[in-house]
Amino acid sequence: MSDFSILIGGRAGDGIRQASQLIAQFFNQLGYWIFGYEEYPSLITGGHNFSIVRISEKRIIAHQEKIDLLIAFNKETFIKHQKKLKKKGLVIYDASLFKINKGLALPLSQIIKENNLPPIVRNTIILGFLAGIFGQDFQIVERVIKKKIEKKLIENLKGAKIGFELAKKIDFKLKIKKLNQRPKEILTGNEAIGLGAVKSGLKIYFAYPMTPVTNILHFLASYQDKFKIKVIQPENEIAVALMAIGASYAGEKSMVATSGGGFALMVESLSLAGQAEVPIVFVYGQRPAPATGIPTYTSQADLSFVISAGHGEFLRIVLAPGDADEAFYLTNEAFNLAWHYQTPVIILVDKHLCESTYSVSFDERKIKVKPIKTISDKNYQRYKITLSGISPLSFPGSNSIVKANSYEHDEFGITTEEAIWRKKMVEKRLRKRETLIKELKNKETIKVYGPKKSKIALITWGSTKGVVSEVGEKLNLKVIQPLFLEPLPFEKIKKELIGVKKIIDIELNRNGQLANLLSQNKIFVDKKILKYDGRPFTVDELTKEIEKII
Amino acid sequence: MSLSTYAQKTWCPGCGNFAIENAFKNALTELEKEGLNLKNIVIITGIGCHGKIADYLNLNSFYSLHGRTIPVATGIKLAKRNLIPICFAGDGDIYSEGLEHLIFAAKRNSNIKVFVHNNRVFSLTTGQFTPTSPKGFISKSSPKGNVEKPLNPIELMITCNAGFVARGYVGQIEHLKDLMKKAIQFNGFSFIDILQPCVVYFNTYEIYNKNVYQLEKENHDFTNYEMALKKAREWDYQNTGKIPIGIFYQSLRPVFEENV
Repeated sequence: MSDFSILIGGRAGDGIRQASQLIAQFFNQLGYWIFGYEEYPSLITGGHNFSIVRISEKRIIAHQEKIDLLIAFNKETFIKHQKKLKKKGLVIYDASLFKINKGLALPLSQIIKENNLPPIVRNTIILGFLAGIFGQDFQIVERVIKKKIEKKLIENLKGAKIGFELAKKIDFKLKIKKLNQRPKEILTGNEAIGLGAVKSGLKIYFAYPMTPVTNILHFLASYQDKFKIKVIQPENEIAVALMAIGASYAGEKSMVATSGGGFALMVESLSLAGQAEVPIVFVYGQRPAPATGIPTYTSQADLSFVISAGHGEFLRIVLAPGDADEAFYLTNEAFNLAWHYQTPVIILVDKHLCESTYSVSFDERKIKVKPIKTISDKNYQRYKITLSGISPLSFPGSNSIVKANSYEHDEFGITTEEAIWRKKMVEKRLRKRETLIKELKNKETIKVYGPKKSKIALITWGSTKGVVSEVGEKLNLKVIQPLFLEPLPFEKIKKELIGVKKIIDIELNRNGQLANLLSQNKIFVDKKILKYDGRPFTVDELTKEIEKII
Repeated sequence: MSLSTYAQKTWCPGCGNFAIENAFKNALTELEKEGLNLKNIVIITGIGCHGKIADYLNLNSFYSLHGRTIPVATGIKLAKRNLIPICFAGDGDIYSEGLEHLIFAAKRNSNIKVFVHNNRVFSLTTGQFTPTSPKGFISKSSPKGNVEKPLNPIELMITCNAGFVARGYVGQIEHLKDLMKKAIQFNGFSFIDILQPCVVYFNTYEIYNKNVYQLEKENHDFTNYEMALKKAREWDYQNTGKIPIGIFYQSLRPVFEENV
């Protein structure tokens, strides 16, 4: 069993996410790599939720269409997903609720009733049962439950034991070998961003709840004492961004997160941060828009909006991580760049990256927190003209008088409408972009996977790189993924395209927004594979699409 | 340390903003003698004639956007508790574009100071009605007379649980200076609505000089919530009736930045 996919589904409120986390953790304990995909509607109870947990001996960051095991907590799950089952696939279902003439019938709800257990314990019965049919020790189940569950531990352990014993009684076993690999951390993209921010010196996190980044708020709020940070939920996204700007001006590292609608409200502040030259880190989690769209699904249709958001010409930096590891490292990069260049940095992600679960392999020791150099001087000039465009930083409370200004200003920060100062300041602010582009030459700003001399190259960005890199490896094609979208490292991309005869652009939007951005830099793609139904590509699906055109 | 900068003043002659600036400078000079470190003061201004005060004061300042003084001030206070953020805002600025921030700052008792230059007209955009313009007010955007009744910010702030609610008048600088000192010394959210005539678009000097009286001379009990509301409702921001100035309400409550 080198690659195995489990789909578990039920009603919202059944605790499907917890079930998938328990299953993921179980296989993690056996040394496997995990990728977890969640799909759920925008409601709290009822509806249909499902998770796919994919398990592999090697690192994976995408999910498959076809599944090996279907766990159905209700009939709807079975009906909706049975066609995804492989020929030898197995169904496990709650036989107290419905009957089918195949698979393993477990009277889950009946067990709950007879033992007076909370309904959520169906999850741990299943966990115990899986451990049983996979022939594993109950100790692993105990470890998983103690790691993942805080409430009703006794009931959950009891349920797991019942499931485990049930598996012993039936004549059905699946084989799995315990790998000689240590368990890894399993994190969502959101958690990786939160952790990356904390390791980069985050002091105050501001957010108004919004899918798909609400879990950054929950994660940071629940660990605020441990992380020694403040977590603030202001009245709206306008206040969120402005409070963060105020905190940065006063000298503390801040971060905000939102999705499209919230970011639209923050755009005014984005421009303010550009003009007043205040560092601020934005996390932007895309979901299908316009307007409310379909809030709990995924999309990559805001690239064009984000790279040019904010009125006026100023440096905004846009980073696009493609998995949880990259999210962790690029969040660190975002803080370093924001504070060095004193400008807004946007980490552009999407629901698929934010809420999917990854076995992570990042190394916290690789985090570099660039020290913030400040001065304290009674002749301080907040907007001192320099060659790099970057003025020395100072904070209020020191000997400096620190004057930040949304108006055009002179070096001290006093408002001016003089043509000469206007010209100097526009040039100073944009000189920071030139300085950055020089710095980026020596940084990893794109990623390239697959054979060096491929005639065909796949180009993609953000979370879609997960599936594209796997398919690229399978079909022996080169894959290019820019990590920076603004400034776009187009020279490095061009270099990678030397000798390539066919460029295929793959992204989750209708217009091919990355392709458009590339064309502005005289890189023209030959084909586009675009998806815009709110769902990410699966490995099987994308493989077929690419095979059609190569 | 001089409190003035080299910036050239561009307020109109006779503008009430001069009195606000002078009252504030006098308040700071006295507070400095009492031990206040001016390095910790941060002025946050919105956009409008009032905002120019950021350029004129030789203090830390954040010249923010229209209506957006308060969240910046709260962010500063959350980051560094030793700093004293003081918002100077306009009525068009803070009572329309930024009203939600004002209500929430009062609700959460953010330890920031809010001084509103209330001339009851948009002046820098050459004369339109604001939320505190009287009903019937004729302006460039309301040539047939403003149809909306004015907002009463004093009443609003008291009902939003603000800890320190006062009204000042630029025609009484000494009184205004005292209010500013008390507001700065108050531990919690403090708010002063400062009546300020605009000599070009809404010259109210005569009305104010005739009708303004000081609450302090009436033995007003500013710890009494009901009494405070009653006094707040005495004047409805129309052009007639007696206008009380002074502290309407004062009450110590847990401070937001000390509790998050």
